[in-house]
Amino acid sequence: MPRKNYALSAIAILVSVVVFLVPFAFILLTAMKTQQEASLLNFSWPTQFRFVQNFIDVVQARDYMLIIAFINSTILTVASVTLMVVFGAMVAFTLQRKRSRWNGLINMFVLAGLIIPPAVVPTIWVLQKIGLFRTMPGLILVEIAFGLAFVILLFRAFIGTIPRELDEAAVIDGAGPARLFFRVILPLLKPVIVTSVVVQSVMVFNDFTNPLYFLPGDQNATVQLTLFNFSSQYSTQNNLLFMNILLITIPPLIMYLFFNRQIVAGMTAGAVKG
Amino acid sequence: MATTTVHRSARTRNSASAAGRVRAHSPYTSWFYLPAAVIYGVLFLVPTVIAFYFSLTRWSIFDSKFIGFDNYVTFFQEPGLISSLWHTLVYAVLTSGAKVVLGLGLAILLTSQIVGRGYLRSVVFFPVLVSTIGVGLTFTVLMNPERGLINQSLDLIGITGPGWLTDPSLALISVALVDIWKGVGLATLIYIAGIVSIPQEYFEAARVDGAGAWDNFRHIVLPLARPATVTVIILSLIGGLRSFDLIWAMTRGGPGFTSDVIASVIYKQYQAGFYGLSTAGNVVLFLVVTAIILPLSRFLNRKEVEL
Repeated sequence: MPRKNYALSAIAILVSVVVFLVPFAFILLTAMKTQQEASLLNFSWPTQFRFVQNFIDVVQARDYMLIIAFINSTILTVASVTLMVVFGAMVAFTLQRKRSRWNGLINMFVLAGLIIPPAVVPTIWVLQKIGLFRTMPGLILVEIAFGLAFVILLFRAFIGTIPRELDEAAVIDGAGPARLFFRVILPLLKPVIVTSVVVQSVMVFNDFTNPLYFLPGDQNATVQLTLFNFSSQYSTQNNLLFMNILLITIPPLIMYLFFNRQIVAGMTAGAVKG
Repeated sequence: MATTTVHRSARTRNSASAAGRVRAHSPYTSWFYLPAAVIYGVLFLVPTVIAFYFSLTRWSIFDSKFIGFDNYVTFFQEPGLISSLWHTLVYAVLTSGAKVVLGLGLAILLTSQIVGRGYLRSVVFFPVLVSTIGVGLTFTVLMNPERGLINQSLDLIGITGPGWLTDPSLALISVALVDIWKGVGLATLIYIAGIVSIPQEYFEAARVDGAGAWDNFRHIVLPLARPATVTVIILSLIGGLRSFDLIWAMTRGGPGFTSDVIASVIYKQYQAGFYGLSTAGNVVLFLVVTAIILPLSRFLNRKEVEL
């Protein structure tokens, strides 16, 4: 058993504090300051604590925009991630099990979905044609379309580890394709479901570009967009800006505290060739 | 085992027709592709394909008119637009190179015998999950040339810090540094997963042969962590080439056009109502991404590990 390297540990911890913790401490401290003090941009202990007042100000700003944004973001995240995972799992299952000459093409589409940058204005054009531009359902469908590929890859690798004999047994017991998948296979996919739900929730919640393009308008703002509205409106009100950053960092933080391992598993999938 | 139970349960049901139906109909149905295929096809494939047509048009809210390659000519002649192509490449290469080097270094550090490993892993990874816009706005404040924390700290040790985001020659690099700060945790995690999957026997054998730390790194970790390296390079190149959020939050492409990338040009032209030009930018981005990623991933995945 090699000895622990204490000198190296001390250096590593010190550097990590300076590089990674100080920016977060700065967010926290500035969020507690008065407007004048926050505008100095100092990394210092607040002379007056205005945490509660800042919180109330941020929530009330622009007719409770932040509350509306949190509701919008929640709807967007829950709906798109749920459908993305169900549809993605269905594709991954069929792709993994069914032999067909289309498999090569479908695999190519999945990879294309990971690599190709979405064509923005043509997507808006399509959404307009089907009457879903500037609507929440439209944005939800867009998030699903862009997120599917990643989910399919995660699921396909996992479904490969489930023995085919199980499918055969279920079929002989009279299960059709839908029963087989939803009653037999899906419950076995719980680990990868948790992983993909958590990872994609963080992704969709933090998404800024797609709401910016496909769901413009203050009434429709998602949380990432409120951040921007604040920063332009309160160009000198750093305390409120940082309070806002703090508030929208809490959901990912909670996810990370509870699902640390699943997040890591999902994000490092593919690092080890299996 | 499995086959005998299958046979028996088939026989107990005593229905040759049912067994025949099972054989004829696969339990896997192509209908399962349908919901995903419709959404993906309509909102991803169709726009990607029609982008090629619309990039050849003068296109406004009301109508589009075919004008040939004019948008591309504009894109490649306008200094403010063509420079975005180089910025995109610089940004992507810089960030993904740094993530490979730093990620590998941090991963080796965080798999070695040091105190506080769990803490260090969490703290390095957490920025990956934080909102990009939040990170961008925070660092915009920290990088303030006179009063920002970074330059204040540099002052203390007698260095006059540069105008990170206001200096035209530095703005793009400053944003890239923040991108590295935010993304290095993911690269580190991928490398950690790659390193811990290396069988310990290799290290033991190397120790018996008298290999030092450098030999271990050069001849065991580096070649066997190759899948991780490939993943990090490909992922961060894709991310870097498409990067928009961070740049928009920090500089909006400025000062001037000095930190504009293709993705920010697409947005600016869209806002200005030049939909055709915006789409041409999109097609250029598509071509750049595929021209880099496809050959690269083929090349990187072809070479198998040689110890």
